[in-house]
Amino acid sequence: MSTDSIAWPSTTAESRPLVDRLHEWITTVDHKRLGILYIVYALLFLVIGGIEATVIRIQLIRPHNDFVSPQVFNRMFTMHGTTMIFFVVMPVLFGFANYLIPLMIGARDMSFPRLNAFSFWMTAFGGLLLYFSLVGANGLYGAGNAPDVGWFAYAPLTSRTFSLGHSTDFWTLALLVSGFGSIGTAINIVATVLCMRCPGMTLAKMPLFAWLNFVMAGLVILAVSPLTAAQIMLLVDRYLGGHFFDTQAGGSAVIWMHFFWIFGHPEVYVLVLPAFAFASEIIPVFSRKPIFGYSVMVGATVAIGFISMSVWAHHMFTVGMGPNANTFFVLSTMAIAVPTGIKIFNWLATIWGGKIEFKTPMLFCIAFLFQFLVAGLTGVMLSAAPFDWQLGNSYFVVAHFHYVIVGGILFTLFGAFYYWFPKMSGRMYSETLGILHFWLFFIGFHLTFDFMHIPGLLGMPRRIYTYEPGRGWDTWNLIVTIGVFFQAAGILVFLGNLLWSYFRGKAAGTDPWDAWTLEWSTSSPPPAYNFSVIPTVHSRRPLWDVKHPDDPDWKYE
Amino acid sequence: MRSRGSNNWRVLPLQIVVCVCGSAQAFADPALPWSPTNIFAPASTPAKSIFGLSLFVLAVTAGIFLVVFSLLAYSVVKFRKRKVDDGREPPQVFGSNQVELAWTVIPILIVVALFMATARVIAGVQRTTRPDNAIEVIAIGHQFWWEYRYPALGVVTANELHVPLSGDNHPTPTFIRLLSADTDHSFWVPRLAGKTDLIPNHPNSMWIDPHQTGLYLGQCAQYCGTQHAKMLLRVYVQSRDEFSRWVWQQSQPSHAGDRASEGRRIFESTACINCHTVAGTIAHGRFGPDLTHLMSRDTIAAGATTNTPQHLRQWIRSPDTVKPGSLMPAMQLNDQELDALTGYLATLR
Amino acid sequence: MNTTSTTLPRPELEWELPARGRVGMCALITAEAAIFTIFVVAYLFYVGKSLRGPVPKDVLRVPIFYTICLLSSSLTIHAAAKALRRASVRSFGIMWSATIALGATFLYGTATEWHRLIYHDGLTISTNLFGTTYYSLVGLHGFHVVVGLMCLCAVMAFTLVGAVKQEHAERIDVLSLYWHFVDAVWIVVFTVVYVIGR
Repeated sequence: MSTDSIAWPSTTAESRPLVDRLHEWITTVDHKRLGILYIVYALLFLVIGGIEATVIRIQLIRPHNDFVSPQVFNRMFTMHGTTMIFFVVMPVLFGFANYLIPLMIGARDMSFPRLNAFSFWMTAFGGLLLYFSLVGANGLYGAGNAPDVGWFAYAPLTSRTFSLGHSTDFWTLALLVSGFGSIGTAINIVATVLCMRCPGMTLAKMPLFAWLNFVMAGLVILAVSPLTAAQIMLLVDRYLGGHFFDTQAGGSAVIWMHFFWIFGHPEVYVLVLPAFAFASEIIPVFSRKPIFGYSVMVGATVAIGFISMSVWAHHMFTVGMGPNANTFFVLSTMAIAVPTGIKIFNWLATIWGGKIEFKTPMLFCIAFLFQFLVAGLTGVMLSAAPFDWQLGNSYFVVAHFHYVIVGGILFTLFGAFYYWFPKMSGRMYSETLGILHFWLFFIGFHLTFDFMHIPGLLGMPRRIYTYEPGRGWDTWNLIVTIGVFFQAAGILVFLGNLLWSYFRGKAAGTDPWDAWTLEWSTSSPPPAYNFSVIPTVHSRRPLWDVKHPDDPDWKYE
Repeated sequence: MRSRGSNNWRVLPLQIVVCVCGSAQAFADPALPWSPTNIFAPASTPAKSIFGLSLFVLAVTAGIFLVVFSLLAYSVVKFRKRKVDDGREPPQVFGSNQVELAWTVIPILIVVALFMATARVIAGVQRTTRPDNAIEVIAIGHQFWWEYRYPALGVVTANELHVPLSGDNHPTPTFIRLLSADTDHSFWVPRLAGKTDLIPNHPNSMWIDPHQTGLYLGQCAQYCGTQHAKMLLRVYVQSRDEFSRWVWQQSQPSHAGDRASEGRRIFESTACINCHTVAGTIAHGRFGPDLTHLMSRDTIAAGATTNTPQHLRQWIRSPDTVKPGSLMPAMQLNDQELDALTGYLATLR
Repeated sequence: MNTTSTTLPRPELEWELPARGRVGMCALITAEAAIFTIFVVAYLFYVGKSLRGPVPKDVLRVPIFYTICLLSSSLTIHAAAKALRRASVRSFGIMWSATIALGATFLYGTATEWHRLIYHDGLTISTNLFGTTYYSLVGLHGFHVVVGLMCLCAVMAFTLVGAVKQEHAERIDVLSLYWHFVDAVWIVVFTVVYVIGR
């Protein structure tokens, strides 16, 4: 029995100067530290993005409200969307991927540690650049500071004519810079998964977490690049007098939409596949069964990856592409519902016949299952193009995608936080606070996003800073706003739990959940080198084999 | 080990039932007066086709929801770890090919059915040809108002669209060609049709054939800048007689007040004429709405406020107080000039 | 309290995984290919749509010679990599510098072509849709040639001080993958701009 785990240097007896410790963090190339940097960075921006959402909802609590001016409101929804997608969800998912993939595949680090660090700092810098617009983007009088063109920045609103000053440039450059970071991380994940697995871990024996992040990385490579290209084109238009999206010169506004959504749709799968990864690791452990249908889950994931590249124009059903194009994209969008549904059924089958333990990670994952079901079904509604001609660009769509991102992704993310916090910090979180967080957030989520569908059905478009009374939208907007405060309370409890438990939680031990993947075989937190000896595995659940030598998985796989 | 959460899940179905009942009320009665923009209260064929499709889609998705929700709820209850437990792991099941096949084939069949229903409606709405007696309108989206031109009828107006009733015995649809003068917009009047975008250099078209007279509301549905929220739509569906009368009245030149009136002098010597048109005078501007028959409209500033002398005066004095960020500049007129100007505009019937 | 690392059985196993340098470079090439695809799509979409100004068939001259230079540089870099694998550093050096020379010649050709287009034919990036899409696509490719040449020159410098040896052959192979990609992109750009688009 070896006690060769080395805790983080900061918890050793001698305290080193703060400057040294900071320097270590800033120059680190260790995937675990970079993972934590990503996660902490994302949490900071989660709070900022949440404040932006709160401002939006307070403004919309009643018709003709004047909490903020239209100019400020338009900046709020632009910044809220951009921040949440690019500087909260993507970084936090990259953070978990960075931290866990090498541990789960029995490697000592990612393939390219220095590229890893470079990618993190590019992403971080991008976020700072976006927010620097608040001080740095003063252009002509009335031109505003933070970008206000919406997170998808349609042309020609982004041209020099309609976006005076530099706020749009900050949007473009911030995303361009962080895009390079994302592509770097994706390259790293692909190379790590293909080249760094421990002996015996064929691709068919790799944890689903690694598979899902692998496909996600492939999507980032294929999808973020078109966004990069489109942004270069936008900069050419704005600075070199180019005409890519200049309708006065014969250019096309629609082609920006195509390029953006060729990025934008796979992007939502980039966001959701890691959420599926969390669910696929947590649900089996708390059901005490292996994941049902591993190969089908892998197949469905790969299918989702491929099909997701062909559905983008369902964001453009109202643009006038013609009935043939509309019909094609209806088909491809409905098709992607099939592998996605299969995944839900497989998770259901995993729970079926198990012994469910309702710890905080599992509470969040169970809520995820119900909520993602609803989100997927509202997606099917939107995929029927004529129905989308009514529902598109309305609050129904806003409700749908928040149902996916908050109800689906954020819930599994919370589950992941609670599940792996013991591994990352060596301490257990407070289960009481975890449950309190869950219920506050659950109530708030449903108050806000269930009722948000209704104004959409009653004709309320999105991105409006105020609305007319007498359209039947008032009560629903009020309820939606009230839910925000429950969610905010939940987040505060969550952050408090993390902080308190980090300092005062009881020791977690190596394997507090009695789980089966390799990260649970090393100490909590893992030493810098991860494993004293690189393991060899024979099945998808190496620790099950160790704990049940009479009945190992490799007999059945 | 206590499983704390095992009792709390029971609240979940109750919450969902409350949500569903609350929302069902919203579309129970399609003619509820407090929602003039309800997509489930169609009054024109495109909106009706969409409504029919939406019922089918909702039925299918509701069915799927009930089945899967029940299975999930059942499994979360039935397979929870009991307080009295033998400590053994449950049977480790890895998968089942038959089950996987079943829940692949059934969704595919559902998708095929949904797709075919959808494709039919797309064709029905988007593959129609314009009949000869259709009213033709060209709608041009501006930041932040709507321009309407009826080329065959010689009418130019702004913000309030008038169309004739299209009865079953004598259908008179209105075909609208959608253009944009600046950035992207979207024409959305839920009770009449789905939304179609107005995109510069990309002409679109849509059609409506309202079956009931009345006023139909909507607004711009594609973010177009600061005052996107106040680019409201008002569609007046009138009987054929009333519509003909309106057309006749709109195609007259302005009933301009006394040629030498002070208000008209101010209008024609300040920058007003750069942006606005008053037919029969020297004002031929196209940047802002045509004001020839301003007084025939119920609202001004694309629905931002009602068309009263007081509001009109306020609007001219300081557009930013009515619609902050609109592209009409404050004209820096003093009180007498404003009174005279408003008086002149009041004669433009 | 347990902080044990669970030990796992380790029987001997044949375990060979792909080289990470190659996989990483292939992933990078895929990302770059996606970027170029978007620029090519924009180029093709806008063919014939310029409202005014010079059109391709009036001003473009097919750069056969410079294309041959660039494509030959793929052959020379391949020869260089093979030479290094068989530890013949001298041949490697010669072939490597030939690659650089051919790449630089190509860039010179692009530069002269652009000079003529701008000053003689009046075609700039802001002239019309053709100008915008042409300069962006060819320029993006040229930028990648520049970056490639910078890497090649760095390797040349290392070679001249004697730091490049047979054991670095794998890294040279990975770098030459990038160079081959740049050449492949040129084949596509050439076809789209000088064949289809004209």
